[in-house]
Amino acid sequence: MSMINVDHLAVSYGRGETMTRVVKDVSFDVAEGESFGLVGESGCGKSTVLGALGGRNRQWTGTITIDGETINQKRSISQLAKQQMVFQDPFGSIHPRHTIGRALLEPLEIHGKNNRQERVEKALKDVGLPLNFRYRFPHQLSGGQRQRVAIARALILEPRILLLDEPTSALDVSIQAEILNLLKDLREREKLTYILVSHDLAVVAHLCDRIAVMQNGTFVEVASKKQLQNGSVTHPYTRTLIDGSRGYVVKQV
Amino acid sequence: MRDHNDTILAVENMSVEFPTLSGVVTAVRDVSFSVGREKVGIIGESGSGKSTTGRAIMRLQPPKAVVKADRMQFENIDLMKASEEQMLSVRGKQIAMILQDPKYSLNPVMTVGEQISETVILHERVSRKQARERTLAMLERVNIRDPRRVFDLYPHEVSGGMGQRIMISMMLIASPSLIIADEPTSALDVTVRQQVLSILDDLVTERNIGLIFISHDLNLVRSFCDRVIIMYAGQIVETVAAADLDNAKHPYTRGLLNALPSLDHPRDRLEVLRRDPAWLEN
Repeated sequence: MSMINVDHLAVSYGRGETMTRVVKDVSFDVAEGESFGLVGESGCGKSTVLGALGGRNRQWTGTITIDGETINQKRSISQLAKQQMVFQDPFGSIHPRHTIGRALLEPLEIHGKNNRQERVEKALKDVGLPLNFRYRFPHQLSGGQRQRVAIARALILEPRILLLDEPTSALDVSIQAEILNLLKDLREREKLTYILVSHDLAVVAHLCDRIAVMQNGTFVEVASKKQLQNGSVTHPYTRTLIDGSRGYVVKQV
Repeated sequence: MRDHNDTILAVENMSVEFPTLSGVVTAVRDVSFSVGREKVGIIGESGSGKSTTGRAIMRLQPPKAVVKADRMQFENIDLMKASEEQMLSVRGKQIAMILQDPKYSLNPVMTVGEQISETVILHERVSRKQARERTLAMLERVNIRDPRRVFDLYPHEVSGGMGQRIMISMMLIASPSLIIADEPTSALDVTVRQQVLSILDDLVTERNIGLIFISHDLNLVRSFCDRVIIMYAGQIVETVAAADLDNAKHPYTRGLLNALPSLDHPRDRLEVLRRDPAWLEN
């Protein structure tokens, strides 16, 4: 059964004269336990698709079905808990003056969960952080550790889906490898479904089975990991992205 | 016609130290390298001292920092002994620096054209009219289609890729013999990055100058540069020809290469870098 079904989704920002349609018309299906990737350049609408799925942007039309339930623009609290987001910048996405423990408690309070202390401890353990980190402040953590906290905060509500918005773009390669391995382990252990947004094709292909290439608010191609690896993609834009991920291509004169 | 042996910059045992309340922090430790008329990449993780090295060469380190070196020779200028006055004519005129994000490094309240002209007026004492001509020609050289229009734009009115091309033209207009590019394309999309790099590549080759390319992107440095210097915790752990990066020997370089997800060599799990304290002892 598919975990996420999106049909003719269009998302816009602003009203009246200044309304901009950022996502024009996208449809896709993500199976339970699958990782679906979204790539494209800045401004193509990939984060906006995540925003609409996560309940951050309500100005959308089309049909979204999550875990068999058709979602309205306004959602119930249990519908909101089903998918959680992890953002790009671990420096900006965690409250600088709250301890890690308090940051992790907040979603529990909002969603009225019980056994809060145990849940906080479990979340920290899940992402491989020592328990005493709950008394630390974000500035006492490295970038990779902060990104683990952001993942713990997303996991604490026991979601079925993680929406990952460039989760490793702000990290060094060595730390990026740790986070990508962690995400892979978590997906297997917790049977999670991922949607991963990134501009780095190699990262997306590492984690995802199918990858949608976006340009100007639409999908130009949905390719499998295999297709990206052996280069049997059809759209020229996808090819440009593949070349780009290999580095600098010297101009043919 | 590029002569790699012709050394432009030679640095011997350079260290950069920051005195802090809790003791001296050595950001760069005893690095030695030379740059000829070639593209040299410096890679390393954040905090490895790659940008500090670049800045120390231009003497742009923060006032508290202490730079020590046995020798820092740029063409016929001894950078250790040069007065601040001399440095003013070195910076921008002989060594130029391209920074990461044009949004933050261009002056937001000056038009693009004025900023570029400023460099020529300052360093070559030409008239405003001549400076304008030179600027328009330079903008055209970096593939800006309508230089007259762009001349009067403010930095917020141009895209990231165009901003970076403007920065390149600003840095190259005074014909420096060495360019230090600190993560020049990290803020750009893949498609735009390619364009900006090929302009930079052409200009470096055409003018036969040296380029120090600071980056954290292994694939990019490997494909763009001639030689790669790998830095770890303020030290140079290895210098290899870019084409031989795959055969790099140092465990740190190997670790970085293996940690990188790749389309060509897919792996189930990425290798996690294990840091060995012995790397810091020489």
